[in-house]
Amino acid sequence: MDIKVRELRDVSDLVQPDRFDTSLYTDPEIFDAEMDRIFKGTWVWVAHASEVPNKGHFVKSFVGKEPVIVVRDKTGQVNVLLNRCRHRAASVCEQKRGKTSVFVCPYHGWSYALDGKLRAVPHASVYGDDFNKADFPLVSLRVEEYAGMIFATFRADIEPLVDFLGPAKKWIDLFMKQGAGHPVKTLGEHRFRFSGNWKIQLENTTDAYHFPIVHKTFLDSLDADTSNVFDVLGQGGWVEDLGKGHSVMVMIPALVDLEENLEDEIPERFRELADELRSEGYEEGEVRKVVRAVGGSGFNLNLFPNVACSMAFFRVLRPISVDETEIRHIAIGMDGGPEAGNRVRMRLHEHFQGPMGFGSPDDAEGWERVQRGAAAGEDVHVLVNRGIDPLIGHVAGSNVTDVSAETGMRAAYAQWKRMMSA
Amino acid sequence: MSTLEKIGPAIAREGVITLQEAAEFIWREAELLDRQEYQEWLSLWLDEGLYIVPIERDQGDNAAKLNVLYDDAEMRKARVKRLKSGFSISSAPSARTVRTTSRFVLSAGDEASVEVRCAQHIVEYKFERTRVLAGDATYRLVRRAGELKMERKEVLLINSDDALWGVGYLI
Ligand code: FES
Ligand SMILES: [Fe+2]
Repeated sequence: MDIKVRELRDVSDLVQPDRFDTSLYTDPEIFDAEMDRIFKGTWVWVAHASEVPNKGHFVKSFVGKEPVIVVRDKTGQVNVLLNRCRHRAASVCEQKRGKTSVFVCPYHGWSYALDGKLRAVPHASVYGDDFNKADFPLVSLRVEEYAGMIFATFRADIEPLVDFLGPAKKWIDLFMKQGAGHPVKTLGEHRFRFSGNWKIQLENTTDAYHFPIVHKTFLDSLDADTSNVFDVLGQGGWVEDLGKGHSVMVMIPALVDLEENLEDEIPERFRELADELRSEGYEEGEVRKVVRAVGGSGFNLNLFPNVACSMAFFRVLRPISVDETEIRHIAIGMDGGPEAGNRVRMRLHEHFQGPMGFGSPDDAEGWERVQRGAAAGEDVHVLVNRGIDPLIGHVAGSNVTDVSAETGMRAAYAQWKRMMSA
Repeated sequence: MSTLEKIGPAIAREGVITLQEAAEFIWREAELLDRQEYQEWLSLWLDEGLYIVPIERDQGDNAAKLNVLYDDAEMRKARVKRLKSGFSISSAPSARTVRTTSRFVLSAGDEASVEVRCAQHIVEYKFERTRVLAGDATYRLVRRAGELKMERKEVLLINSDDALWGVGYLI
């Protein structure tokens, strides 16, 4: 598909290696250009495969500002279709998720197959002989999937998804070990909006620096052991630039690989679950696998521009306007594993995430404060210069920086600059 | 002087819980929440009580689903501690709220307990912005030692399955 890219003044000098211009948060013209050059110019996460498990299952989603339907057709292939009738533009699907064999436009009744093909047009005879249904399918995007994560793009000419992910693939593989030997499935989601630019949320997923401050009340609500686990700045963690705007922030190094150290003592807070699983007849090895994975991985993988594998959930952002963003915190669990384990995962998710969690409302308030503050000082820069020098002699290699470094943000803004000046 | 005295004590009664008595209880609770007298609010609960804000409609067993919140006594206590700690930026201060509850319907009652459904509108204000949270609230009230207590409170917001926002107070 041809993407029309709007004219934009030269923005390349707005981002420097260690700082950027406030207009990146506030300028509607830049926002419009981002929708074209970034969200229509790269791979954007649209759904997890478990949301469309069988033929006919669909879920609504977005690529940037454009509403799409993610649907598994009768051949089993996942299609991502623009949710817009080819006649006079009505949306063809307003159900959040479900199962169907056809999308029928409610306005004049054009109906579309699950691969987007226009199947039938009521009273077709009034159209001339040259009207060809094959010319008007729902617009279909390019779709690729890695480890159950479904991405779509408007661009036919960009690299395959696996090349786009590159070194991030290894971290996705580690993240999916949360299935404890089972496939990962979504367990529901929290959705909320905040009045701020989307990049403020993108930054936050790779910001350990705020954790002990903003999330003090979450930490105070934990038992002493668990509170130590969430001492994210004190465990020798690190941040690594993975290229193409992606980065990983390891906060709990002991929980990078959930299949290791299965013989470790089971933490106090999960003993009840362990006992429940044992009483349900699960072997000790299986119990330990489930329990070790139940709290999630010890890292946040931030994928540019719109998704993160964040400890125990997917964080998906959706830009709405220059100063409005929607966030989804999608809980994940074991597909086919013990329900007791998934229940604990949901309770843990509710504890921190979502509109009334012990964490997210404080995050959202912090992000709104950034947007409100950015109304002042047009010529003052936003700093992302924390922790530039690599750590010397760190076990994770020579290219990593402190866990509280702003390396992930620098990686994202460098990618922003590449895409916005291209 | 305790808050309850300030805003009027519950009148100890006996026997079947009437619509009037249930409504008075829920109005009193609403005022405690608007005034953020959360310690007093905790005392309105039975220990085994459950406070739930679901996400999906008709989701059946809440424990098997993801909720906005699913609080037992321990979580309620922790939540109140957090909201009143002064360290949570979304609740220090939180939005101001004014709420009304109405359209009470009594169902499924027996000698000692009753289920009450009602409409609940909360108007909140913070950062030059006024917003509304509306929902159906369902209470299970029981009488213990002459006083009504909450055994269950569930608030199903009309937009619970859509995007909400950071809520720094109790609903
Ligand atoms: S707009 Fe869809 S059939 Fe007319
Ligand atoms: Fe946070």
